[in-house]
Amino acid sequence: MVDTHSAAAAGDNPFVLEARGVIKIFGQSKALDGVNLGLRRGEVHALLGENGAGKSTLIKILTGAYQPDGGEVVLDGEPVRFSDPLHAQSHGIGTVYQEVNLLPNRSVAENLFLGRQQTRFGFVRKSLMEKNARELLSRYGLDIDVQAELGTYSVAVQQIVAIARAVELSGKVLVLDEPTASLDKYEVEKLFEVVTQLKQRGMAIVFITHFLDQVFAISDRVTILRNGRLIGTEPLAGLSRTDVVRMMLGKDITFAPAVTGIEERAAGPALVEFKACGKAGKIHPFSLKIRRGEVVGVAGLLGSGRTEMARIMFGADQCDAGEIRIGDKPVSLTSPVQAIAHGFGFCPEDRKIEGILGDLSVRENIVIALQGKLGWFKALNRDEQMEIAGKFAEDLDIRAASLDMPVKLLSGGNQQKVILARWLATDPSFLILDEPTRGIDVGAHAEIVRTINRLREEGLALLVISSELDEIVAYSSRIVVMRDREMVAELTGDNINPSVIVQAIAAQHETVAAEGASV
Amino acid sequence: MNRSLRPLAATAVIFALAYAASIFQFPGMFSTRVLGNFLTDNAFLGITAVGMTFVIISGGIDLSVGAIIGFTGVLVAVLIGWFGIHPLAAFAIALVVAAAFGAAMGAAIHYLEVPPFIVTLAGMFLARGAASVITQDSIPVTHEFYSTVTSTYWLMPGGGRLSLIGALMILVFIVGALVAHRTRFGSNVYALGGNAVSAALMGVPVARTTILIYTLSATLSGLAGIVFSLYTSAGYPLAAVGVELDAIGAVVIGGTLLTGGYGFVAGTFIGVMLQGLVQTYIIFDGTLSSWWTKIVIGGLLFVFIVLQRLVFSASSSRTKTFWKLKHE
Ligand SMILES: Nc1ncnc2c1ncn2[C@@H]1O[C@H](COP(=O)(O)OP(=O)(O)OP(=O)(O)O)[C@@H](O)[C@H]1O
Ligand SMILES: [Mg+2]
Repeated sequence: MVDTHSAAAAGDNPFVLEARGVIKIFGQSKALDGVNLGLRRGEVHALLGENGAGKSTLIKILTGAYQPDGGEVVLDGEPVRFSDPLHAQSHGIGTVYQEVNLLPNRSVAENLFLGRQQTRFGFVRKSLMEKNARELLSRYGLDIDVQAELGTYSVAVQQIVAIARAVELSGKVLVLDEPTASLDKYEVEKLFEVVTQLKQRGMAIVFITHFLDQVFAISDRVTILRNGRLIGTEPLAGLSRTDVVRMMLGKDITFAPAVTGIEERAAGPALVEFKACGKAGKIHPFSLKIRRGEVVGVAGLLGSGRTEMARIMFGADQCDAGEIRIGDKPVSLTSPVQAIAHGFGFCPEDRKIEGILGDLSVRENIVIALQGKLGWFKALNRDEQMEIAGKFAEDLDIRAASLDMPVKLLSGGNQQKVILARWLATDPSFLILDEPTRGIDVGAHAEIVRTINRLREEGLALLVISSELDEIVAYSSRIVVMRDREMVAELTGDNINPSVIVQAIAAQHETVAAEGASV
Repeated sequence: MNRSLRPLAATAVIFALAYAASIFQFPGMFSTRVLGNFLTDNAFLGITAVGMTFVIISGGIDLSVGAIIGFTGVLVAVLIGWFGIHPLAAFAIALVVAAAFGAAMGAAIHYLEVPPFIVTLAGMFLARGAASVITQDSIPVTHEFYSTVTSTYWLMPGGGRLSLIGALMILVFIVGALVAHRTRFGSNVYALGGNAVSAALMGVPVARTTILIYTLSATLSGLAGIVFSLYTSAGYPLAAVGVELDAIGAVVIGGTLLTGGYGFVAGTFIGVMLQGLVQTYIIFDGTLSSWWTKIVIGGLLFVFIVLQRLVFSASSSRTKTFWKLKHE
């Protein structure tokens, strides 16, 4: 399928921003090979492809963060060369990059307006800036202290701030690279409202995501990349989900069957047990037993205490009351090192901050936790490391030019897989996964769900946090629901289905049987 | 309280306590006369430390400041003493030379991607070496302008004297604080220290900002060199050896994070004053060796680095979710 909607054909609505035959080469490999992308006024243009297909690279070229090795960028019919993102910004192109974290050390207001603060006599007009910031964020339903450091807010808030900033900057084109990866349903709705308004005002919007529902909810046209090549640009109206997936992967995939309610295996004693563990200000005391061969799913909105619970379970935070038992021995769990020694593994939610060691190679990133577990006196030699890393890279389909390249050069989704591989390599008996499929493409998504099921069958105990209800019901033997930093429900059997979970998340305290909550 | 304010508050409290204790022991220390001397004696250190604050907030370090003080002192003395140039003209020349030197270091750091530690270490050797090539000896400055300046002061209530150079330091601190907290350049400095990659993607002019930061630091060191030459009425190539470390110490004690991104110019002022307080105490005591200054400062530094570590790691996990959902 080739783009037949060229600029000439749509004479009444020419492209505002266009990539023509763009080539980008990193070392030996071609990340982009003659890719075209044309953006029209007033459209939402989805850009899809597997992890590592070249989506982020393409938009970095369009917005001046990278220079192309071939082809050209065309703005309003004139070839341009953006020297840096600032230059692109000055032409009305705003971007939310996939990796960008903004500035955690600066206030929310400053993050919104950095680079274009209004000044009087050379001094920044702080109170005006803060007033504007409050107004701006209220459009996204966000009412926060804009003087506080951005880093003190949740990832979702930071993401909204990044989006709000980009929207303000963009007069013509807004580029959103996986903006919804860490947002929940309500936040996504807010974002879509804003995007629809911008579209009506004639802006061109590029939307990159791995959530196909969202693509169909909002996009007008779609461009699909595979391995750095353009597969096609099509109006979305004529396409089905299967068409889109086939274009992305080059083959059909079987979605993991929507199992509801895997039989709870009452068999076997608990592997780990948390008894009334809590931490003041972070999470109410919770009690939970996790057995071998079961997956405990954790559902709840962002900020409902899911991550806090995971951190306590891994010893990254200490509970100030309660008891933790392994088998039937009480154990101390005050650091991740101890947790690893107990056979725990933890794949964190925010890989950018907590997970990836960007400058180390893919191989080193994969073996590091295993090495830590073995102790430094039993150093794995290079060949052993290669073998282990190679095995997991293949199992999880990690796309890297070489296992020796720095992991920060991998695409976002592939970085996520590297972290997963890291913990699988330690051969854990209890594995905690916080949003394991975030930012992962449809093919790999199905693969990860399969992996979770396989690990369960192999007798691991797993705790999986996820915002995707269809996914969580597909592998959980039990689901606990978190709300307002409290465990409010424990669902089993027939209750493991999305509508019950939604009810439990939204319901008031008295209407939900709060089994398993505070003891 | 904003967590980055906590180290600053701690410094202020420690300073207040230490001062109160000293006054309790030596009531004589509670006078504007002592305060006046305080300001005059530490003027060159304070001015340097303002520049150092910017450098450290941006995530860098500047080891060349002491050497630049020595060099500008010698340059000024030579221009006045050997070439008969008016001191004001000599000052202007010295400032321009220092600024150019700083700009060159900033450019090397940005464009050659050499760590600031290495570049400014080289700058330190270069400046110290250049000063020693000009002369090995102390060159006295005798010019009526110098005597006028050094005898100018404002009388403070209580009979203390606020000298011109003491007032200059205060002025530099005020301007420095305004620039850091109220201008776009200031924001860019914090942005670089927070996350240089994000800053670049957010459109911060990284090259210009980096060069400006080191230019500012070197220029202020040049100014400190001039102040030092006024203070001592001489230029000496080995003047102000080790001042870079005193300045770094003052900045860190003042609550600026060594890894960049957080800090206050006002904190640096307290840091400098704290060092001055220790010196004054030692003078009043009369029996202690002046090396005690270093020991106390070393101890304080250690305490503050630990304190910052605690403050910043305790609150680094994201806790706030002031998330107001409007379910329509
Ligand atoms: N700076 C770089 N140096 C070397 N290789 C790179 C660099 N940036 C990207 N790549 C490689 O280019 C390919 C495309 O990466 P890109 O980030 O564009 O993928 P993506 O489509 O955005 O994937 P994802 O959905 O995972 O975010 C990947 O194989 C990646 O490893
Ligand atoms: Mg990407």
